[in-house]
Amino acid sequence: MVWVNAIIQGILIGGLYALFAAGLSLIFGIMRLVNIAHGDLIVVAAFIGLVVTSMLDLHPLASLIVVIPIMALLGYALQYCLLNQTMGNDILPPLLVTFGLSVILQNGLLEAFSADPQKLNAGVLETASLSMGSLNIGVLPLLMFIVALAVIAGLQWIFYYTALGRAFRATSDNAEIAQLMGLNKKHIFSMAMALSLAVVAIAGIFLGTRTSFDPAAGPARLIFGFEAVIIGGLGNLWGTLIGGIILGVAQGIGAQINPGWQQLAGHIAFLLVLAVRPTGLFPRVSH
Amino acid sequence: MSELLRCSDLSKSFGSVTVADSINFSVSDGEAVGIIGPNGAGKTSLFNLITGTLQPDSGKIHFQQADITRHSSAARCRSGIARSFQIPQPFAAMSVYENVLVAATHGARLPALKAQHQSIEALRKTGLLERANDTAGSLTLLERKRLELTRALASGPALLLLDEIAGGLTDKECQSLIETIQKIRSENVTIVWIEHIVHALLAVVDRLIVLDFGKVIADGEPNAVMASKEVQENYLGLAADA
Ligand SMILES: Nc1ncnc2c1ncn2[C@@H]1O[C@H](COP(=O)(O)OP(=O)(O)O)[C@@H](O)[C@H]1O
Ligand SMILES: [Mg+2]
Repeated sequence: MVWVNAIIQGILIGGLYALFAAGLSLIFGIMRLVNIAHGDLIVVAAFIGLVVTSMLDLHPLASLIVVIPIMALLGYALQYCLLNQTMGNDILPPLLVTFGLSVILQNGLLEAFSADPQKLNAGVLETASLSMGSLNIGVLPLLMFIVALAVIAGLQWIFYYTALGRAFRATSDNAEIAQLMGLNKKHIFSMAMALSLAVVAIAGIFLGTRTSFDPAAGPARLIFGFEAVIIGGLGNLWGTLIGGIILGVAQGIGAQINPGWQQLAGHIAFLLVLAVRPTGLFPRVSH
Repeated sequence: MSELLRCSDLSKSFGSVTVADSINFSVSDGEAVGIIGPNGAGKTSLFNLITGTLQPDSGKIHFQQADITRHSSAARCRSGIARSFQIPQPFAAMSVYENVLVAATHGARLPALKAQHQSIEALRKTGLLERANDTAGSLTLLERKRLELTRALASGPALLLLDEIAGGLTDKECQSLIETIQKIRSENVTIVWIEHIVHALLAVVDRLIVLDFGKVIADGEPNAVMASKEVQENYLGLAADA
């Protein structure tokens, strides 16, 4: 029974990893931008959540109403004013700029909030659980998983059924032609980053309610996100969710064997998938 | 008729290759102008300059009296310049309908419902309606050329630039394309058409421009231009191996 429990917890955590990964996947899919600062932006969102919850005396989940628009605006501005200037045929310059941004964000947070671990207080939600027989399912992880499902379904809908989604797909297919069809590439890229950081806001708030976080917590989240994206296959959001779940389950099983092996087991699962299927489990069919 | 497009002293070189050499011409509202010239003359480059995918080294481009020389491609499309490509470049993973819808939504800046109507109308006009739900990547070369035209139309152009759209068509297909283009013209769209198939061109245009080595070597009434000495020597002499 402990194993079944470990697997279920792993699946639910997979939802959080998918939330870490979805924005990363989106940005890479649309504009071939590898955002090294993605994990730090998740932590920034958690800190903004911390400020908002304490200033407005809001529940962390309610604070999303404020944190999502803040992060989306930040994303738009970041892409429009900074990253767009570095985008070209070479993927290296924007990657280096996001690497620099990562360092800046970590140090900025350290200055503003010190290195002390922080936590968002979700009250009773943190300990509430549903028991089914001998299984205990935490309400918070379950909620996280459901939100992850909803976010990915929502992104999928935007991508395939809205004008914005068509603009994303057209621009990612051939930016030059898309511009000749009246699309403003800079605006479209900025919208993509805004959407990515809106998802990052959700990821950050859930991260902060589930565990404690500090200014240096970003890079590990980036790694989990990358692993989920690559396990699932580039450019496939449902694949990213499966990737997150595989990562979560592997970590759960690893931790069950030996508490010190949690992270290691996740990395091993990642390497195994990479060795067997270098393009991930469900790569997008066309290019 | 008022002036729609004006190119003034437009020049562009790639290293030692001059693709536009002090080009001067203007196109009036409602006109249909043909452009001919040997391969490599700079015809496609001229379209690139007009649509903003190339920046001129010098010279100016005016559209509807406004200087658009520094405008982005997207802004030019929105102000009413659309083109079709010699080598079709559809968004291959998207459906034919979605391809057209992108142009109608962002090029013509229409709200959702109107964009859908305009897309379907454009697909009907070019005879691509029954392929609407197929992925653009699955189209034949011919259908891709028609998709180029459809997308351009869906963006609601005042000026339509067609680049060798009749190349590789059978006589019958060419005839139906001519009819489509005549119909588009009758709806008050100004057309500039690059084509090697001169008889197709002459069925539509009322003016002919000849380019060679990036220079305008003749510009005027089609029959007179075709009969002129420059064209007989420079173009028709090379047409055999074009
Ligand atoms: N981006 C470019 N870089 C370098 N040379 C180019 C470029 N585009 C076109 N050319 C050259 O410019 C000349 C004119 O090309 P183009 O305008 O395509 O001619 P046309 O359409 O009349 O056949 C050709 O010699 C071509 O190789
Ligand atoms: Mg050409």
